Amino acid sequence: MNVNDFEYIAQLLYQRSGLVITQEKAYLLESRLNPVARKWDLDSVDALIGVLRTKKDEQLTVDVTEAMTTNESFFFRDSRPFDQFKDIVLPHLLEARAARKQIRIWSAACSSGQEPYTLAMILKEEAARLAGWRIEIVATDLSKEILDKAKQGLYSQFEVQRGLPITLLMKYFSQEGEKWRVSEEIRQMVSYKPFNLLTSPAALGHFDVVFCRNVLIYFDQATKGQVLARIAQIMPADGFLYLGGAETVLGVSDSFEVVPGQRGVYRLTGDGAAMNRKAG
Amino acid sequence: MKSCLIVDDSKVVRMVARKILEGLSFDIDEAEDGQKAIEACQRHMPDAVLLDWNMPVMNGLQFLQELRAMQDVHQPIVVFCTTENDMDHIKRAMEAGANEYIMKPFDSDIIESKFVQVGLI
Ligand SMILES: C[S@@+](CC[C@H](N)C(=O)[O-])C[C@H]1O[C@@H](n2cnc3c(N)ncnc32)[C@H](O)[C@@H]1O
Repeated sequence: MNVNDFEYIAQLLYQRSGLVITQEKAYLLESRLNPVARKWDLDSVDALIGVLRTKKDEQLTVDVTEAMTTNESFFFRDSRPFDQFKDIVLPHLLEARAARKQIRIWSAACSSGQEPYTLAMILKEEAARLAGWRIEIVATDLSKEILDKAKQGLYSQFEVQRGLPITLLMKYFSQEGEKWRVSEEIRQMVSYKPFNLLTSPAALGHFDVVFCRNVLIYFDQATKGQVLARIAQIMPADGFLYLGGAETVLGVSDSFEVVPGQRGVYRLTGDGAAMNRKAG
Repeated sequence: MKSCLIVDDSKVVRMVARKILEGLSFDIDEAEDGQKAIEACQRHMPDAVLLDWNMPVMNGLQFLQELRAMQDVHQPIVVFCTTENDMDHIKRAMEAGANEYIMKPFDSDIIESKFVQVGLI
């Protein structure tokens, strides 16, 4: 791939998804775009970029952007965040929202669905405490292809073994050939929508809890800051934000601070919260 | 250091599992069938058992039933690790007192995450 082509595609990916791809990672372009080239009956990745540059085909651009996303995810990823959700976040919200009895949760880069389904299973396990409550889980991702997989809720034997306790597999999955499908009662707790984090989430409404995990790592500082600023605007003053294990708000956003003693969980700072109260 | 008894009639599987679990700082003992595993437990009760299902002499489920019937011993955590990968087998194992269940093939990530879940790591 020549430098020109690399620059072109790097720029395109940055604009479309925020992904920052450096020269050292150029090999990733080759390996991930090869299947796209084949799908479009093109001989090579070079040919694919040629067509992209001349025809500016929207569907091809979407295919290229989606092919470059990293979709790795696990049920109960890192486990601790979900313990914190059950033991700290949920009890707080049950008390604070006791009058309205409504909680809205957003999985903001949900990939193949393990994160929202993990939350749904936790909530199902807590059903006794949640009787009469309206709990919504909205799960979004840039990639429509991965959202389709999430909606199907069909996982390989490997995928259901990393992080998912066997008792929950028994309760909430059924076997289909070599694969395992999430039960209807869990699937219907999650509503999936395509959404690009580079745009305003205002239309999705407000969320008491936001999981934005393992996606900021692909962005540069400026993009991270903008994404966090927009998330801050759709959270109530006492909302919670989750980031991935390798992500932080430090040096990126003044709107959030870590919840004392709870690594990985963030809340709005005084400034962030005041801003939201003003905005209503 | 915690101890783990690996029960599997395949020498290769025992070797692979031993490598992984030694990497996770377990002290390893091995048995090639359920009967030998019972004897091993009588000599020294491990903290954990990684247990195959299909084995000659005594299978994994029979071993588990005998183990759970033992009185006045410190009951180990038992993680099944078998090619039996259907819901029916999983249910029978859990009802007999297994703590977790791994469907073969496994890798180090799966073993580690299951051992974390049952509190062994
Ligand atoms: C590594 S997965 C994270 C999945 C899950 N949150 C977790 O922690 O396991 C990253 C996901 O972010 C999505 N993504 C990348 N850029 C995005 C963007 N600009 N807007 C929305 N989603 C994006 C990808 O499609 C991918 O599914």
